[in-house]
Amino acid sequence: MYAFDFEKPSTIAEAVAALKDEDAQALSGGQTLLPTLKQRLASPSKLVSLGGIAEMQGICHNDAGQICIGAATPHARVAAEVAGDYPALAALAGGIGDPAVRNRGTIGGSLANNDPSACYPSAALASGAVIVTNARQIAADEYFQGMFATALDEGEIITEVRFPVPQSAAYVKFEQPASRFALVGVFVARFADGVRVAVTGASENGVFRWAEAEAALSANFAADALDGLSLPADGMIADLHGSAAYRAHLVAVLTKRAVANAS
Amino acid sequence: MPKDSGIGASSKRREDVRFLTGAGNYTDDINVHGQAYVHFLRSDVAHGRIVSIDTSDAAAMPGVVRIFTGDDFAGVGGLPCGWQVTDRFGQPMQEPAHPVLAQGKVRHVGDPIAAVVADSPEQARDAAEAIAVEIEELPAVVDMKAALSADAPKVHDDLTSNLCYDWGFVEENKDAVAAAFEKAAHVTTLELVNQRLVANPMEPRVAVGDYSRATDESTLYTTSQNPHVIRLLMGAFVLGIPEHKLRVVAPDVGGGFGTKIFHYAEEAFCTFAARQLARAVKWTSSRSEAFMSDAHGRDHVTKIELALDADNNFTALRTETYANMGAYLSTFAPSVPTWLHGTLMAGNYKTPLIYVNVKAVFTNTVPVDAYRGAGRPEATYQLERVIDKAARELGVDPIALRRQNFITQFPYATPVAVEYDTGDYHATMDKLEEIADLAGFEARLAESKARGKLRGLGVNCYIEACGIAPSNLVGQLGARAGLYESATVRVNATGSISVMTGSHSHGQGHETAFPQVVADMLGIDESMVEIVHGDTARTPMGMGTYGSRSLAVGGSAMVKATNKIIAKAKKIAAHLLEASEADIELKDGQFSVAGTDKSVAWGDVTLAAYVPHNYPLEDMEPGLEETAFYDPSNFTYPSGAYACEVEVDPDTGRVTVERFAAADDFGNIVNPMIVSGQVHGGLAQGIGQALLEGAAYDENGQLLTGSYMDYAMPRASDLPFYTVDHSCSTPCTHNPLGVKGCGEAGAIGSPPAVVNAVVDALRRQGHDITHIDMPLSPSRVWAAMQGE
Repeated sequence: MYAFDFEKPSTIAEAVAALKDEDAQALSGGQTLLPTLKQRLASPSKLVSLGGIAEMQGICHNDAGQICIGAATPHARVAAEVAGDYPALAALAGGIGDPAVRNRGTIGGSLANNDPSACYPSAALASGAVIVTNARQIAADEYFQGMFATALDEGEIITEVRFPVPQSAAYVKFEQPASRFALVGVFVARFADGVRVAVTGASENGVFRWAEAEAALSANFAADALDGLSLPADGMIADLHGSAAYRAHLVAVLTKRAVANAS
Repeated sequence: MPKDSGIGASSKRREDVRFLTGAGNYTDDINVHGQAYVHFLRSDVAHGRIVSIDTSDAAAMPGVVRIFTGDDFAGVGGLPCGWQVTDRFGQPMQEPAHPVLAQGKVRHVGDPIAAVVADSPEQARDAAEAIAVEIEELPAVVDMKAALSADAPKVHDDLTSNLCYDWGFVEENKDAVAAAFEKAAHVTTLELVNQRLVANPMEPRVAVGDYSRATDESTLYTTSQNPHVIRLLMGAFVLGIPEHKLRVVAPDVGGGFGTKIFHYAEEAFCTFAARQLARAVKWTSSRSEAFMSDAHGRDHVTKIELALDADNNFTALRTETYANMGAYLSTFAPSVPTWLHGTLMAGNYKTPLIYVNVKAVFTNTVPVDAYRGAGRPEATYQLERVIDKAARELGVDPIALRRQNFITQFPYATPVAVEYDTGDYHATMDKLEEIADLAGFEARLAESKARGKLRGLGVNCYIEACGIAPSNLVGQLGARAGLYESATVRVNATGSISVMTGSHSHGQGHETAFPQVVADMLGIDESMVEIVHGDTARTPMGMGTYGSRSLAVGGSAMVKATNKIIAKAKKIAAHLLEASEADIELKDGQFSVAGTDKSVAWGDVTLAAYVPHNYPLEDMEPGLEETAFYDPSNFTYPSGAYACEVEVDPDTGRVTVERFAAADDFGNIVNPMIVSGQVHGGLAQGIGQALLEGAAYDENGQLLTGSYMDYAMPRASDLPFYTVDHSCSTPCTHNPLGVKGCGEAGAIGSPPAVVNAVVDALRRQGHDITHIDMPLSPSRVWAAMQGE
């Protein structure tokens, strides 16, 4: 990697100030950023670690009954601590990468990066989560704007993610054979006012909601309610590991499985 | 009863203590005082003409010691090829130059263009990025058949084409084979790809070149499976350094799988640069560099035809294979698709007529050479796949068809120039049917079906030729090296023993298994025997470890040397006991006079050899040290039968290996635990090839699988618990231990079992599928189920 300056602020305000420098980059777990730096594919002038900010750590419930996860909370902690309240979310967090990744990588880092094959974006979108930043609150439906693209402004920091808890939910991931990222991942969340279905890994536009499946499942939350539903291959990712048609097919298969597994 | 020491005991691997506790001494652990570091600037295009290289800015950067380009190697030899194949027409193969650093052209992504030596690795890398290289990009050739078209761009301008050789074996059989096909009652044809693989040893390659102005000696520390071979090739053919001034050390090496046999440019560079600079130069490969600079494996495209008579006897076999050499000839590349492949096409079967045609092709890709199994997996895969296909076409049981055609008389001279000394293929198949519980398959099939999964069973046999190799034979076949092995057994004064072996352990467990043999022969404790290997300054000239040769060839040299020790020690004992040498018996570390209670201990004899106060000095030299060289009279022919059961998810195409059983005949076994471990590792790589691994290039010669994000390595969770058995034993008839090689068997025998099983599963579901090319990834299996 190239040389860079390093700061580890202890408050959000200090972090925001530190990120005002040109080419400064937030570091929150670094499970994507550090390999990128090692390959010399990025050259930030300064890394601002968000790992020393106490107010961005930990998990609690708010008065609205939402699970509030500090943005710098590692996946392993989410996997352990929300298992009772939101088992589908805990299972998703517990299935990201390997133990080393889960103990370093954070929910805020994952959502800010918005890798099209990452797991967390599907949970946030299917749950209708609220992305809280140092400046505002962003609904998940507004937040994800395409592959590696989000509503975050330059220097804006995710501080917390608030998850409404569905009546039942499940995440089913089909792993890409090499990277073990999601070749396709589907998160289904059933709320009193309807079902939300979010798909990661499949689309060239990143995580998305599958409206037809949501309508069908809202009417009848059963796997066979999806019979006959399919997605077009257009716009799906095609690579060594699967064609666009294969990914579109997997979305339907995994959505059914998620409905069957929902708890 | 299992033994608890000596030959046949599962002694625990003594070397694992240091490996597992962080005390191993790998090449990257070696640092020479004042060393500099090299970073190689590598081509990012597959084919291009080097217009200019401007190093002036880079040379002025902090810490830069010197920048080398191809011009610096103008007066230096290129990397040699160790095997010359003669083509169907009696002509030698086309053999291009292989410069240490690119000269004139770059020929694959990763081809080194320049080398920056600097005070730190970071400075070297920074400066490499500041080198201005202008390359006129040329069209790349990637596909082998396209590379042979008349208008294809040439990888090497000075060759007549991209064809390295067109080899026919046995050429004289060609017409007879064709005639047999004319008469056949049934012909089964299969076209398949044995895909390109990257070996991926856990330890990437490293080289440290050192030079002493005081003695004019060069030392290379390197991640090699054969340090003497590197010394010979690099000293004699590349750099012109005589052997007495060149030491090559291959210390602990973290896996090789063939890819660390070869002499690489980085080794020659570090040795050369250290002499030029009178300063040690170190290179440590990154994993990314390994993907584009370690020799790759396999990459064959094959059409195989099997002819059968009306009674389902195999009457002839014919194959046509395109074998990718990559951009240059790696050290033993030409031998892999020819002598390590064509000679195995008989398999376990008495097919009387065989013709193998191989066209080796240059392309703008990383050079391809031996990878665990090397030619023999390619032979086994196509043969065992075509037999399975034939059984389906004929509506006969695939096991019965194999049994019907088994070779049963030994020795057996195949029509492809090798003579199997021993084997019992029915015995290993019987054992397989038992340990794989084939009788219980139908019940497991029903249970899978109840869960919505498609279950399939695949069975195959394999034979391989290993314990490489009789030197006079391989010399006739084009080898430019001997393939004997050496050992020096040095008995120390107090009775402990150092065995200097030319074999090299990079995971095999020689430090455990070799002492078991020597200790057993002498009747002493294994802990008294130490193995020394991997250093040309400490061991006799040996050829190293590959081709499952260490115990069969290196172990035989050690037995020969130990027998010389015993003979001399008996003479000393006879003197001490005042008895006739013919009456001396050695048992449990005691020399005794037959029929008496007179004896003398091992340690008393060894002490007498070095403190010869009471010693027949007029008849015998003091000391107790013997060297032996052993050149095998034949290959060894391990064989076996493997069974794989898979489940296929009909919705996703995902294949899981549910059961895998391997019944192997390795002859006599020194350490059953180590042998089982070798089979386990081989199976992991074979199943990895069948289901996961595969290197891919795009049409421009860019490597699409340049990291673990896209190159799928098998993980523990991808593999089942294996059932392995090596109780079927027909000992090798021509080496003193009766042993056969076991290191490659798992990787050779397992891919067809997996693919046979998947095809079986899909056909049981009604899919008209006869073949799917490896790796059988979920997307490929799903596409096949869609009829694509």
